[in-house]
Amino acid sequence: MDALSTLLESYDVLAAFWMTVKLTFWSAIGALVVGTVVAVCRVSPVGVLQAFGTAYVTLIRNTPLTLIVFFCAFGLLNTLGVSLAAAGSPTEIVDNNFRFGLIALSVYHASFVAEALRSGINTVPQGQAEAARAIGLGFGASLREVILPQAFRGAIAPLGNTLIALTKNTTVVATIGVAELSYVMRGMIELNPSLLYAIFLLVAACFVVLTLPTGLLFTSLSRRLVVQR
Amino acid sequence: MTRNQILGALAAAGLALTTASCASAENAVPEAGSGGSAGAGGPVTVGIKFDQPGLGQQVGSEFKGFDVEVAQYVAKELGYTDVTFKEAPSAQRETLLQSGQVKMIFATYSITDDRKQKVSFGGPYFVAGQDLLVKADSDITGPDALNGKKLCSVTGSTSAKKVQDQFAGQVQLQEYDTYSKCVEALNSGRIDAVTTDNVILAGFAAQPQYEGKLKVVGQTFSTEKYGVGLMKGDTATCEKVNAAITKMVSDGAWQKALDDTVGADFKPDAATNPPTPEPCS
Repeated sequence: MDALSTLLESYDVLAAFWMTVKLTFWSAIGALVVGTVVAVCRVSPVGVLQAFGTAYVTLIRNTPLTLIVFFCAFGLLNTLGVSLAAAGSPTEIVDNNFRFGLIALSVYHASFVAEALRSGINTVPQGQAEAARAIGLGFGASLREVILPQAFRGAIAPLGNTLIALTKNTTVVATIGVAELSYVMRGMIELNPSLLYAIFLLVAACFVVLTLPTGLLFTSLSRRLVVQR
Repeated sequence: MTRNQILGALAAAGLALTTASCASAENAVPEAGSGGSAGAGGPVTVGIKFDQPGLGQQVGSEFKGFDVEVAQYVAKELGYTDVTFKEAPSAQRETLLQSGQVKMIFATYSITDDRKQKVSFGGPYFVAGQDLLVKADSDITGPDALNGKKLCSVTGSTSAKKVQDQFAGQVQLQEYDTYSKCVEALNSGRIDAVTTDNVILAGFAAQPQYEGKLKVVGQTFSTEKYGVGLMKGDTATCEKVNAAITKMVSDGAWQKALDDTVGADFKPDAATNPPTPEPCS
């Protein structure tokens, strides 16, 4: 207990925890939006869009997240000079790191969201799509009104897994200096090595607090919302 | 497994998360009494950094740097015939010593009170000071000229925070997981200065790709005593390490090693270097 209070007093663990929550929340939204677009591309009747969707998933899913984060920070920001924050502002570095971290996390997890959704679309019986066509709905309308609502409900469990993976993967952006949990953990281990076990348990507990309820929520959602057939 | 071992395994698993390095995981030589009296001979495993130019760096299958030179000298004085180097990332140094995976650590390991609770220190074998690395044409003269500038250091070090707290409150901090990223960002102009110990900075400035482009400002504002990490309570080895360091300084090998590795241009703080080892405890 002593060790724990020392750690909580000398390090801003709460701010780091909040940063992890913010990263998870915003990149989950980003990944959901991009992932839905990619999934729709993959099942669309247009060849170019299909090719784009397949290329996106194949390329991004098979690239380590560390490399994507590194590319954002060094390729886009440092080398090409693409800045996402007002130049010269006093929080330029912090803003840039956070925003590029978000982009990297969203882009990477979008490929998994897209695949989860595609598996959800596959659970919708062929007859549903044919019936939607038969009553005169176009591709967009039948996706929107008939297929996607059922697909999302069928894909809840894999989407939950993706969200949990995303929560844990936020630790990767510590490499570019976003002050989240694993970033604070490094500082604590460097300066208070005598409290190693307490540090480990504290950070592990923070992640369990985030991921365990997420898992339970998605399991119960998938039971309640699944389309009975 | 005892409770401590289980905790240790868990903690080690957690630490794996903090190291992005993909260094080869060589098997540590088991201690098996290799820590006997000096002159016992045989192999010894020493922890060093693998990614610190000028101090401890892996070049092909060789290891180069000042830490490596001192480690080899000390190991020889202690009677070991065969030195195996093992990577000792900052976050794993205490664990490596406590579990006996390495006998000694020479890895820019500053002696601090908190660390003394877990390990014993021989030396110091070098006294470094915090300094700034800037572009060769930069007008930054010291830490108090950094307001409104961008400063880089590594995650988990106090050096950048110290500048912000004591010298320049308006400085913006960028932290990466390695110094090489900081130096690259400095070279590309994204960052105005990199801060850490002067000898580390000098090692980077002396790298061929940065030669003539970067310079160390040369105004140190802290004292970092690099010690030799030893298992807690190992005073017998500590005494021998101290004797070896004293000998290395007096026979000129210390100065030669420094000139050969960090570069003859680098002048450490003469008031504290070469250092006198502290009494063992």
